[in-house]
Amino acid sequence: MSRVPLDPRTAPTFQQAARALLGDAQLRKNVRHATDVIQTKRRKLVEEKQDWQALRESGRQIRAHVLENLDVYLEEFERNFTKAGGVIHWARDAAEAQKIVVGLVKEIGTTEVIKIKSMTTEEIQLNNALEAAGVHAYETDLAELIIQLGEDQPSHIVVPALHKNRAQVREIFRRTMNLPDLGDKPADLADAARRFLREKFLRVTTAVSGANFLVAETGGVCIVESEGNGRMCLTMPETLISVVGVEKVVPRWQDLEPLLQMLPRSATGERMNPYNSMWCGVHPGDGPQRMHIVLLDNGRTEVLADREGRQTLQCIRCGACQNACPVYRQTGGHAYGSVYAGPIGAILTPQLMHLEHSQSLPYASSLCGACYEVCPVKINIPEVLIHLRHKVVEQNGWYAPESLAMKAVAQVFRSERRFRAAQRLGRLAELPLVKSEKRSFAIVGQKQEASDGWIGWLPGLLGGWTSTRDLQAMPQETFRDWWEKRGKQ
Amino acid sequence: MSTAREEILRRVRAAKGASTLETAAASYAGIDRSYQTTATLSHEAILDLFEERLREYDANVFRVSALEVGAAVTEVLRSRKIERVLIPEGLPEDWQRGAEFVVDREFSATELDGFTAVMTTATVGIAETGTIVLQTAPGQGRRAITLVPDYHLCLLPVISVVETVVEAMRLLELTKNLPTTFFSGPSATADIEMTRIKGVHGPRFVDVILMN
Ligand code: SF4
Repeated sequence: MSRVPLDPRTAPTFQQAARALLGDAQLRKNVRHATDVIQTKRRKLVEEKQDWQALRESGRQIRAHVLENLDVYLEEFERNFTKAGGVIHWARDAAEAQKIVVGLVKEIGTTEVIKIKSMTTEEIQLNNALEAAGVHAYETDLAELIIQLGEDQPSHIVVPALHKNRAQVREIFRRTMNLPDLGDKPADLADAARRFLREKFLRVTTAVSGANFLVAETGGVCIVESEGNGRMCLTMPETLISVVGVEKVVPRWQDLEPLLQMLPRSATGERMNPYNSMWCGVHPGDGPQRMHIVLLDNGRTEVLADREGRQTLQCIRCGACQNACPVYRQTGGHAYGSVYAGPIGAILTPQLMHLEHSQSLPYASSLCGACYEVCPVKINIPEVLIHLRHKVVEQNGWYAPESLAMKAVAQVFRSERRFRAAQRLGRLAELPLVKSEKRSFAIVGQKQEASDGWIGWLPGLLGGWTSTRDLQAMPQETFRDWWEKRGKQ
Repeated sequence: MSTAREEILRRVRAAKGASTLETAAASYAGIDRSYQTTATLSHEAILDLFEERLREYDANVFRVSALEVGAAVTEVLRSRKIERVLIPEGLPEDWQRGAEFVVDREFSATELDGFTAVMTTATVGIAETGTIVLQTAPGQGRRAITLVPDYHLCLLPVISVVETVVEAMRLLELTKNLPTTFFSGPSATADIEMTRIKGVHGPRFVDVILMN
């Protein structure tokens, strides 16, 4: 079975897709529940961490430093990983990466591989390429298994099946694992998955993964996970093939200090995720004796070339911005037409996939700033969104008033303090522009009384696109105010 | 025609200007690291915190003196009704009490699957997060042995318990090239309705003996 992958080249615009998904009450309920739970846990564990802001600043500087010196660290990683017995491959784009992995699997002569959840392999649509070559890839992460067996699509980068509830999962497992009497307790469902996969872990000799971090000084790889399926895939087989974006490298072991503390707290609201695995190439007598890493560009160097967009590559894929985003929480992930959903998807996809394929994504945001507040590596997502909107306007014809307005707003977002000030000011300044009739594209969960909070038109300034796309006004209260009030209710 | 490697490195350099080892090292030295790097608690309080965190993960924790280890192992295995235990090379003889102990001899995956229990020591414990760090070393073995069996009994000297992740990372600096696994409680998933379920593919049950 090959799923039709989420592909920004063929996906409908965000606004079209979102309108359809907003009608799916079950999906919205599932997404809201999951994101509520993670956010509550995350907030508690972030608050207990006295040095959180220092960790964030350090994390940001490490990731920004890597990008400034990416060539040095890629070469260093390559040197050390090779010295440790691994083989490095370079892939300019998705097709080249697919070809490399399929070639390696063919060379081994196997028809089955086991996989660790990896958004990078989703990005390059690896499973379909393997399938076309007669190789079946078993997803081993519980959520990815639900998606694969349900012929569905991931909707979140950390919890890809959060849009499915237990009853829906039971239906999928009943049908595909031939378990007519399966219960619907999450424990029953996890147990079914454990039994289904155990045999594959013991038998299949080739695994495919992504990676959370590569460590240049040691040629090390780091994978964080919860279930132990990752450990199974990276220790039991004879061969491990990892597909990793070029931006994932960090200089030294010590750079994991802030990152390994922030990632689990941000991603799943845990002090530490159940398993972190770190290793350097081949270790005699322990784990796969053949190890390959495919370093993937696929548009990343173009993002790097864009000074204002570059910070997007700092991302450590924690998903906190998705959980915090009022737009994502309403629409779920599929509306973004890409494996990268939510605020990070809204800035990453248009840049990776060339803007014209996903012009609507930079508008999939109310610019409320919640994403920036939670981002552990301080990516100023609103600033990048404004920058990308600017580029959309540029592509679709350029005239002075629009560009001026965009520059003015971009200025405003350059620092966190300025941004907060602007949020407050913006709410006042926009008041006369906010449409007061029926909104045509409503996606924000806040109760909106006096007006709907949508800007239908902006005189002279942004007319070019506000006539076709409603731009949401600044929320009446900041996201944080709203969230806190909501928590008390 | 250039190779993919040359092409990607060329693109990287064109995107942001070429760097050298020297410029990279200079800018690396300037990275802000003002986060907490040292313990704030007494060692006794650190051990209490470690124990509390482990218990939150449903691990049983026992504190014993160096002389009582064999008796403690016997007691724990009896309460778990375990008769046969997989162990790595390098575990002291007098810890191997109360069951049949089988040393790992490069068992195949299927052979490993025949064991329900494994006993090892560990490199470091982290109190703040309830984490235990295993490395491929004598007494800890290769990674697969602490993964496949459903039960893990882990013995750790109290002097190896630190308060923070950062302290642990700095201790591990010396052996950072070894295969390393941080585990924090039993394997778990929250993929279905965010309900935490203990035990998916890794060990479902973990007990810890802290040795003075
Ligand atoms: S952009 Fe920031 S918050 Fe969002 S996934 Fe990336 S690191 Fe996490």
